[in-house]
Amino acid sequence: MIVSFPPALILILGAVAVPFLRHGPRAVWLLALPLVVLALVWTVPEGPVLTARYLDYELVLLQGTRLGRLFASIFAIMAFAGALFALNQRRLIELAAAQLYAGSAVGVAMAGDLVTVFVFWELMAVGSSLIIWSARSPSAYRASMRYIMVHVLGGVLLMAGIVAHVVDVGSIAFGPMQPKTLGTWLILVGFLVNAGAPPLSAWIPDAYPEASWSGTVFLSAFTTKAAVYVLIAGFAGAKILVFLGLYMVFYGIIYALLENDARRILAYSIVNQVGFMVTGVGIGTEMALNGSASHAFTHIIYKALLLMSAGSVLYMTGKRKCSDLGGLFQSMPVTTLCGIIGALAISSFPLTSGFVSKSMISEAAVDQHLGAVWFLLAAASAGVFLHAGIKFPWFVFFQRDSGLRPADPPWNMRWAMALFAFLCILIGVVPGPLYAILPFPVAFEPYTPAHVVNMLQLLLFAGLSFFLMLPMMERTLTISLDWDWFYRRLGNRLLAAAVDGVAKLRDWLEETAKGLLARFLALVVRYHGPDGVMAKSITAGDMVFWAIVVLAAYLFVYFI
Amino acid sequence: MNAKAARKRPRKKLHWLVRPETIRRLWQWGLGVLAAVTLLDLVIAATPHFGVDGSFGFYAWYGLATCAAMIVVAKGLGYLLKRPDAYYGDDRE
Repeated sequence: MIVSFPPALILILGAVAVPFLRHGPRAVWLLALPLVVLALVWTVPEGPVLTARYLDYELVLLQGTRLGRLFASIFAIMAFAGALFALNQRRLIELAAAQLYAGSAVGVAMAGDLVTVFVFWELMAVGSSLIIWSARSPSAYRASMRYIMVHVLGGVLLMAGIVAHVVDVGSIAFGPMQPKTLGTWLILVGFLVNAGAPPLSAWIPDAYPEASWSGTVFLSAFTTKAAVYVLIAGFAGAKILVFLGLYMVFYGIIYALLENDARRILAYSIVNQVGFMVTGVGIGTEMALNGSASHAFTHIIYKALLLMSAGSVLYMTGKRKCSDLGGLFQSMPVTTLCGIIGALAISSFPLTSGFVSKSMISEAAVDQHLGAVWFLLAAASAGVFLHAGIKFPWFVFFQRDSGLRPADPPWNMRWAMALFAFLCILIGVVPGPLYAILPFPVAFEPYTPAHVVNMLQLLLFAGLSFFLMLPMMERTLTISLDWDWFYRRLGNRLLAAAVDGVAKLRDWLEETAKGLLARFLALVVRYHGPDGVMAKSITAGDMVFWAIVVLAAYLFVYFI
Repeated sequence: MNAKAARKRPRKKLHWLVRPETIRRLWQWGLGVLAAVTLLDLVIAATPHFGVDGSFGFYAWYGLATCAAMIVVAKGLGYLLKRPDAYYGDDRE
């Protein structure tokens, strides 16, 4: 059966019905639609399927590619598990927005031209902003405004790039490019804004933790990974991505080590993980792209799992700061276990999903003889265990006892976590099915004895350094300055200074004008006022005197 | 740390995982596992990619050293970058 209806639209249109359904039917609706989409994605054949003429261009609304199907599938799986986790969410706008968001991400992954990519891209921004908004706290509102501004900027750059690119090449087709012209550079920058690349990385840790306990789970999955998808599809082998990726990897680690908010730690670690993928795209070989694509796939699962466990803690305790948490393993065993499995997967422990995906990126660096990149990636792998693998579960579930004894969350949240924890291990133990749907044939064996031992050494000794240096990791009630300081503080201050300056200038002008006017009036009064020389009455004697003077002058002039 | 904090509250029975003797045993076992994993290098022939990574225990010391470096760098940057929670106004909770 060939379906020429974009699967994305099922979720996007389905979102409209969400607020009008009662609890039971709504649950069925939210869970069934992603599964329908997942099935439909695999009926889309290779190549353009649905096209339409718009102005002089051919839109490819639906296109089947191996890479696109991989991403569309994980987006659909994520929409399902996220909805299962969020069933108790009372803010229906968030549930509807999440469907719109997931559907738009599927749309990006199955779009064949730049205009269609752009339309779904912007729909994602709408959906995600609504999710942050629906937390309905003042801080979430302000964070969402900053989030929207960053994404509007990214959207404008992307649109400008698309226009310039279309003028250059005369086609809107979306295919492999290299950043060489103004158009392709702008497109790349527009994509990178959504990937959380520097200098605009701070919107991820700024906005994502402000969403509700369920909203952050959705947010972690789509925007950054859709950006990884378009980077793989459009800019494979662009060398600048290696440098940007490595920066992101270490940025995420360092900032997560400094952070106190449990969900913000995980948000920084999104930047860190996307950094691995972006580095892989920059290396650009088939091995590297397989690594980036599969890592995006596994990352969505374990990062959602980690944020589900953090979301469960927030749901049950209302707390998200490490300094308020601790000792929760005693009363939340399921959440703790699932959080640990997610933490092991993100750290690429053998027998978890991260191990079979991330290793391909390092292997690609070896194949290309990129020694420096390989050493940095190895250090970063150890650093992931440090900041996400141990730090998150340690400070939330163990460390000192906070005295909190919340129970595990409701059944649907437990099952959503169990499903993703199961997938983390299943993919790690049986990587074959994932390897079979990667964009290129896989010639990689993750489970060689040397690789397993090397990885265990790297991770376990990273763990040793964590516990040896634990006193240096003491939690403080702080945030860390980031590039967003420039628009949150410096920009703010400059604006205030500018407003102040304009007000002062206006005051000065007013004072000066008033002074000048007063002096002018004084002058007028002096000469024309009651005592002014021009206002004096003239006596008859004076008049006769001046008449005689004039007549005498006349006679004098007449006779000479 | 756990043990010390817990000792002050003797009236509650401690969870077995945070009892001092468990923590001591966890350290012993943990160090044992670390040693075992490092010694496995002797049995399993590593295939070095860049020379130094083929040396004995490379991944062990590299993981330990780079993580220590990252913690120190983060700590140092912290002095420069850390600000109170409410730095940007009443933005945080």
